[in-house]
Amino acid sequence: MADATAHRRTIGTLLTARRGRGKLHWTDIFTYLYLAFGILLMFGPVVWLVLSSFKTPAGLLEFPPTLLPLGQISAEVEGYDKPLPIFRATLEDGTEMELAQVRRIGIVSQMVDPANPDQTYKVPISNRTPVREFRIASENYTEPLRKFNFGGYLWNSIIVTVVATAITLLINSMAAYGLSIYEFKGRNAIMIFVIGTLMIPITVILVPVYLVVTSLDMVNSLWAVILPGAATPTGVFLLRQYMLTLPRDLIEAARMDRASEWQIYWRVVLPLALPAIAVLAIFSIMWRWNDFLWPLIVLNRSEVYTLQLGLNAFQGELDVQWHYILAMTVVTLIPVVVVFGFLQRFITTGIASSGMK
Amino acid sequence: MTNRMKTLLGTSVLSLALLTGNAMAEADLRMTWYNDGNESEAMQALLDKFEKQNPDISVTLDVVPYKAILESLPVQLAAGDGPDIARVTDLGGLSKYYLDMTPYLENADYWRENFGPFLKWLDPDGDQISGFMTQLTVTGPYVNKTLFEQAGVAMPGEGATWDDWAKAVNEVAAKLDIPIPMAWDRSGHRVSGPAIAMGAKMFDDDGNPALVDDGLKSMATKLYDWHQDGTMAKELWGSVSGSTYLGANEDFANAQVVMYMSGSWQIPQFADKIGDAFDWWAVPAPCGTAACTGMPGGAALVAMKDSDHPEEVAKLMDFLAQEENLAEFYGKNLFIPGHLGLATGGVDFATDDPRAKHALETFANAVPGISPTAFDLQGYANNRVMFNALISRLGEAIVGELTLDQAFDRMTQDVEKQLAEKERGN
Amino acid sequence: MSPKPSKTASEQLQAIAAWPLQMFFRLLDIPLRGIQKMGGIGSMPYVFLLPNLAFFGMFVIIPLFINFGFSLTGGTNLFLQDRVYVGGEQYSFLFKCENYMVSATCQEDRFWKGIFNTAIFVLFQVTFLVIFSLITAIILNRKIRARGFFRAVFFFPVLLSPVVVALIWKWILLRDGILNAFLVSLGLDKILFFVSPEWAMFWAVFVSIWAHMGFYTLILLAGLQAIPPDLYEAAEMDGTSKERVFWRITLPLLWPNMLVVIVLALIKGVQIFDEVYVLTGGGPGTATQFIVQYIYNTGFTNQVQNFGLASASSVVLGVVLFVLTMLQLAATRRRNNG
Repeated sequence: MADATAHRRTIGTLLTARRGRGKLHWTDIFTYLYLAFGILLMFGPVVWLVLSSFKTPAGLLEFPPTLLPLGQISAEVEGYDKPLPIFRATLEDGTEMELAQVRRIGIVSQMVDPANPDQTYKVPISNRTPVREFRIASENYTEPLRKFNFGGYLWNSIIVTVVATAITLLINSMAAYGLSIYEFKGRNAIMIFVIGTLMIPITVILVPVYLVVTSLDMVNSLWAVILPGAATPTGVFLLRQYMLTLPRDLIEAARMDRASEWQIYWRVVLPLALPAIAVLAIFSIMWRWNDFLWPLIVLNRSEVYTLQLGLNAFQGELDVQWHYILAMTVVTLIPVVVVFGFLQRFITTGIASSGMK
Repeated sequence: MTNRMKTLLGTSVLSLALLTGNAMAEADLRMTWYNDGNESEAMQALLDKFEKQNPDISVTLDVVPYKAILESLPVQLAAGDGPDIARVTDLGGLSKYYLDMTPYLENADYWRENFGPFLKWLDPDGDQISGFMTQLTVTGPYVNKTLFEQAGVAMPGEGATWDDWAKAVNEVAAKLDIPIPMAWDRSGHRVSGPAIAMGAKMFDDDGNPALVDDGLKSMATKLYDWHQDGTMAKELWGSVSGSTYLGANEDFANAQVVMYMSGSWQIPQFADKIGDAFDWWAVPAPCGTAACTGMPGGAALVAMKDSDHPEEVAKLMDFLAQEENLAEFYGKNLFIPGHLGLATGGVDFATDDPRAKHALETFANAVPGISPTAFDLQGYANNRVMFNALISRLGEAIVGELTLDQAFDRMTQDVEKQLAEKERGN
Repeated sequence: MSPKPSKTASEQLQAIAAWPLQMFFRLLDIPLRGIQKMGGIGSMPYVFLLPNLAFFGMFVIIPLFINFGFSLTGGTNLFLQDRVYVGGEQYSFLFKCENYMVSATCQEDRFWKGIFNTAIFVLFQVTFLVIFSLITAIILNRKIRARGFFRAVFFFPVLLSPVVVALIWKWILLRDGILNAFLVSLGLDKILFFVSPEWAMFWAVFVSIWAHMGFYTLILLAGLQAIPPDLYEAAEMDGTSKERVFWRITLPLLWPNMLVVIVLALIKGVQIFDEVYVLTGGGPGTATQFIVQYIYNTGFTNQVQNFGLASASSVVLGVVLFVLTMLQLAATRRRNNG
């Protein structure tokens, strides 16, 4: 990594310093504009999602939308059982007052002065606006989460993700090793075959795969989610490309030392291929974590639900509940953000150095 | 703890968790359920009660997204991996997987008396007893009465036609600057009621589906024109493809819509979301040239043939179907009862919202006035084929991809093609 | 697994995690060594390939055969043995057309509309995806502050699930969404993005680029970093303009990575489904209904699940994709060799 940094520095200096010190080339201005715009465009939508997820259903329906989640203030008024919502009302004589609404009949709202509960007013509803304060609608989160076995689904998701990723890494790296280190009959055929399967989206063979899973009697077990996607062509492809770049003399030297082929694989090649394996691990984790369509078909018992299924279970036939959808989307995002935070350096440098040529 | 022990523990917990998927108790029943609101809570309460009375039977409620009921459940049932009981909306289409509970029921007459017309929906060609309606729905419009009052426009009364309503809502919208005068759910089921009101027969004299006739054409043309002149907003019907359902409930709740054609199932949601922010008012189905009708519909809880425990399944279903239990279920959820005894006797709905009460009353009173054609259509096993052809092609016409005449031809073709495919090999 | 002694927490963690792994690999060495003794080194590649190929065979190849079998049958039965053999009927139904250029004249108009839409989508999506990935990679390769942070910024959408991506953007683009609020605040009218076919296609392309650009940017970044810096230094000595350096040095040397990007982007572009399905639902009308969505709808969401027709369509799609990829690989090879 050290000399890569040095390279970058020289290129960087070269690119920025050509027109003399202090003077900006148009590319510099463009760069910073582009990056500023990039932050807005890439982060903005997610920030907006998170802010929106804390709004009440009524708050979500507002136009123009408020930036921060707001909730209407309500107050206890003497003589009324429930807290009453507070409005800023313009009275007939033009004075403005903060009043509590007792009830609304048609287009007239019956209001009361919270400071002076005996005084009631009748205000047309177009002359009042709700008084609001910053308030987080945490019930968007707690309500759906309370309804289901969050811990259980999380556990299933973790098992699926971990076991599937482990299997994927093992068998993909073995296959990649076989395809990159040895010359043998049928190698090209297998490579074409791998690339060929790269092109088939699972969506178009859902039913046939389901038939296979049924005949293996795996429906409603986590294996049905783990196994079918384990042999990823992308993984084989990526790892093989990386292993092709490894120096051959290391392998030859190990053979001289009478290491078995299996030992060469796990003691020599695997450690060297770690950056590429890390990349595949991250992708595998993301694929498994986000998987929805396939689990929806093979899992229909709540004890084997993954988080994605559980979080979507409140989506009914007739009702789109944005406040829940947004909140649950944020929930599924959290682990992704955490993994990304930890592995960010690995991802960006890993893919970069894995070559992908 | 040593590393070794940790690993050991980790792997054994892991393998345990992987195994549980296959573990099954002697009479462990599975009920696949979807939620529109919170219905599963009321159902769970009943199941708890049942389990207390029958300690040898355990029931697990599996709540799935509605998408799974429509798309995954048929495949699972075909493969023999289905649940024992499921809440479904494709009532006739899945008929071949239903269990006939008649031999297991102590009092089959109770079922026939109280669920009579709906049993036919579940088994169009026979007289099996397979389940009951968790919810009877009736389609019909809601209006924002407050907007009418603010605009000073009189609401069309009983017997008003769709054209009367279109004129009135346009007037209101123009006066108050409301963006969407009228909105309909994007659903073939919703369109069918008014189409029947305009004289659509839906079937030919031999009872075979004949979707496109003059009645349907005249309603479809009206809808097409309303989209062109701005009475209806293109964003609802125009913005998705195929038979995708879209509702305008959010817009209506936000007072962006004067009149919203949907159905009784919106009541709990509106009571919750709108509350008293404005008067949302269910009105009787507007009239066409032939009738003033909506469509009946709903979801049913059905027992499945492949169950290993048919007797226990029937016992559970019988328990759930008892009048007091259903009354509790319908009442809690503000559902129109699909139980004739309760329909006449009345259910004590758990709401004190006058708008919700009025709406429930309006829809319940609409049931006797529903056209027989609408009942036939609802009872027809392949009705979704017709609904989907209707809405998807009409949608394509509205956005200008097809002319109306092309759309009508395509509707006919779509229905023919799909029915022919279904006939093949059966 | 790391042979280097080290004290950082992450490496200690690695060491702990490595212990069971070591045992696992060591145990496996015993039987595998035996196989190697019996079969010689020549047998080893097959041993290494076996598990992966077994999974492939089970969950990809067998389903592909079943799929092909489905495409020759009709009816709605699930199991192949219960289905009615109809020969090439499903295929001929798909291809029944008066004029292949006008999808409305075809029997199965939505299939052709799907193909047509997919072609347009791929054309725009791949073009702009490559252009923006390239610009981003070049910018991230410059000497800028907080480069790691900016890389992360452009990369993180890759990790979001398609459904999440679509929901995020749908929420922004709704009639009362924040983008329309912005337009209104500028004094413009609201735009109903999902009602106009052009806007819907624009956003389908935009959102899929937004979600995937980070991945391709990194591939190109790797290529940029592999370009020897002395080339740039030499160019600077000669006083070559930056623009010229880009066209004469950067782009040609980056070409292999560009090809990977183009091939992968094309394959993924043709497979586009979830994001757009959630975002636009394929609408308005059928303006953004792509081929995979057509297959999914035909075989899955319709009340009559027509597995036969869906399979026939997917076989057609597969053949087209395969031919496209092979042509590209051939082109690459020719370029590399000559």
